[in-house]
Amino acid sequence: MLMRRQLRLSITCVVAFLSVLFGLPLLNYFAPDFMAQRVFGFTLTWMVLGVGFFPAVWIIAWVFIGRSIALEEQELREAAREADQPVTQQLQD
Amino acid sequence: MTIDPWVILFSAITVIVTIVMGFWSAQKSKTASDFFVAGRSVSVGWNASAISGEYLSAASFMGVAGMVMSSGYDALWYPVGYACGYLFLLLFIAGPLRRFGAYTIPDFAEGRFDSPVFRKIAVIFVLFIGFFYTMPQMKGAGTTLGYIFPGLPYWAGVLLVGAVITLNVALGGMKGITLVQAFQYWLKMFAISVPVFVLMAVYGHYGTQLAANGGISDQTGGALSAPVGVVLDRTDPNRSVASLRRELPEEAPPDSSWLAPFGPLTSKAARAANLPAERARPYSLLYTYSLIIALVCGTAGLPHILVRFYTNPNGVAAKRTTMWVMVLIGVFYLFPPIFGVIGRNLLPELYAATGAKGTDKVVLELPRVLNDVYPGLGSVMSGITCAGAFAAFMSTFSGLLVSMTGALAHDVYGRMLRPQATAAQRLRMFRLGAVILGFGAVVAGSFVEPFQINFMVGQAFAIAAASYFPLLFISIWWRGLTMKGAATGMLTGGLLAVIAISLTSFSDLNWLDLGWFWAAYPLARILCEQPAIWAVPLAIALMVLVSKATKSEVPADVRMKMLVLHAPEKLGLKQEYIQEHQAVAPR
Repeated sequence: MLMRRQLRLSITCVVAFLSVLFGLPLLNYFAPDFMAQRVFGFTLTWMVLGVGFFPAVWIIAWVFIGRSIALEEQELREAAREADQPVTQQLQD
Repeated sequence: MTIDPWVILFSAITVIVTIVMGFWSAQKSKTASDFFVAGRSVSVGWNASAISGEYLSAASFMGVAGMVMSSGYDALWYPVGYACGYLFLLLFIAGPLRRFGAYTIPDFAEGRFDSPVFRKIAVIFVLFIGFFYTMPQMKGAGTTLGYIFPGLPYWAGVLLVGAVITLNVALGGMKGITLVQAFQYWLKMFAISVPVFVLMAVYGHYGTQLAANGGISDQTGGALSAPVGVVLDRTDPNRSVASLRRELPEEAPPDSSWLAPFGPLTSKAARAANLPAERARPYSLLYTYSLIIALVCGTAGLPHILVRFYTNPNGVAAKRTTMWVMVLIGVFYLFPPIFGVIGRNLLPELYAATGAKGTDKVVLELPRVLNDVYPGLGSVMSGITCAGAFAAFMSTFSGLLVSMTGALAHDVYGRMLRPQATAAQRLRMFRLGAVILGFGAVVAGSFVEPFQINFMVGQAFAIAAASYFPLLFISIWWRGLTMKGAATGMLTGGLLAVIAISLTSFSDLNWLDLGWFWAAYPLARILCEQPAIWAVPLAIALMVLVSKATKSEVPADVRMKMLVLHAPEKLGLKQEYIQEHQAVAPR
């Protein structure tokens, strides 16, 4: 259960990440003029890749950690509530 | 060029502090457990700094700047891949791996499949990846010493640095390295950022410097590029943006391909085949994707980084550590490309040189141009970046040496050759192993002068991506994986990647005559030079297919193992598991 929820969370985050990561070369490929326009001296694509990429990834990581720890705590609460049953049984379901 | 006293001073201080810290902490770590994973008692802040310190190698400190200078936009994928690969590690691997509780990746491989045979296979790749990763560090060492002492041959620098670090590792071990690495992160951060701020304050900011390339007008409408053929005076007090630029030598790529995507780096194979620009673009796109896959997946499969996750107290701490590592190294990676951009404008003579005298040393030499405006300042700044470079290749090389030696002493000797060896014997073996591997690294390092530092590290990432990444990823998230499936996938993907990469490197070193073949088949060249795009899916597919075919061999207690990987520590399952496991299969 927990494993499946964690995996779903991870996959959501990774899809967000990969769409940016693999999308940028495609934009470079199909819209080179758009990506070459100047922003404060940078080309747009240079700005995105060299500067903007890092904060974007931090945000994804931040969201993931918050959710992931919440999932674990939820699991702990559920385990405590149903303490009659062996914990291991529940987790494997 | 003469020897600069400031540069020597700062470099010497870095080396001495590193060594003293190693010896000081050697007295504090006595047991074998201390040596391998630092007693598992490292806090999130320390561990994040230490991982970052270990990760920021010569490739990050010197190589990225050198490659941005020589190849432009395409090289930006490297810092992004290096930093963002940690997201993969965070999302899929960091927490579960820590929860499983093992010293090294081979420990994990054995524990997950109850197979000592598989451990041996996994050990091979610690050595392979470590070996490919040490070569660029050695190039960094040779380049830096060649810059500090202009007459010194490249191999002598490699030998000197290799000997000092090997001694340090043999005497210090990992406990020392945790403190030293954390300190080194902050040293490197200081050393890369301060000179950049000074350079930008004097010569114009990142965007201004970038705008000087390409002659595209900025918001004010003025043309920014310097007239070709005019050597400009850097000391001119009335300099405008245009006068920032010095004349580029013939060897430098032109603005248009340097600034735009799919430039000199990714289109190299197609150009060697004399393809017209339009037909070269799909090849460049393929190269870019393969590079991205190698960097992102490779980060999650580097043994010397993964071993550090065991030093977190629990899985949640491992996740938090990863998050902080991403912040620390992300901030760092903003700076090296700026060196590359300013270097192109102010120090274009590096384009004309090759090997250790080429663009890989832009980080070291560029701050010196400040001497034209403020005599002395440039030398101090150059001294600071040299200190950072020392920190970079010393810390990464020691980290690699520890994990390679750990594999040799802990796995090959302690598990395979002499399982009954005492702690003292293992420790002696650890020291002997460090000396043997350090010597091997020096020999290999003295051959790689023609290659760019960053490029070589990218190759090591590709091998990690094709071997450890599929193993960790699939065995953490799929119950059905069998030992045979994992071994087949890892061996095939990893070894084919090693072979493909070696073929291109040997032909570039002229040890093999394959130039005609690459010219005839540029696609083959790209797929061999950047194998991740086929090797990673191949390894994963083989793992799944062979596991399906050997379904009956799924470890009997796989549910329990999955539980240990994924359940929070607070449930207290680990103890039960260990007791149960020991009852079933006593070690």
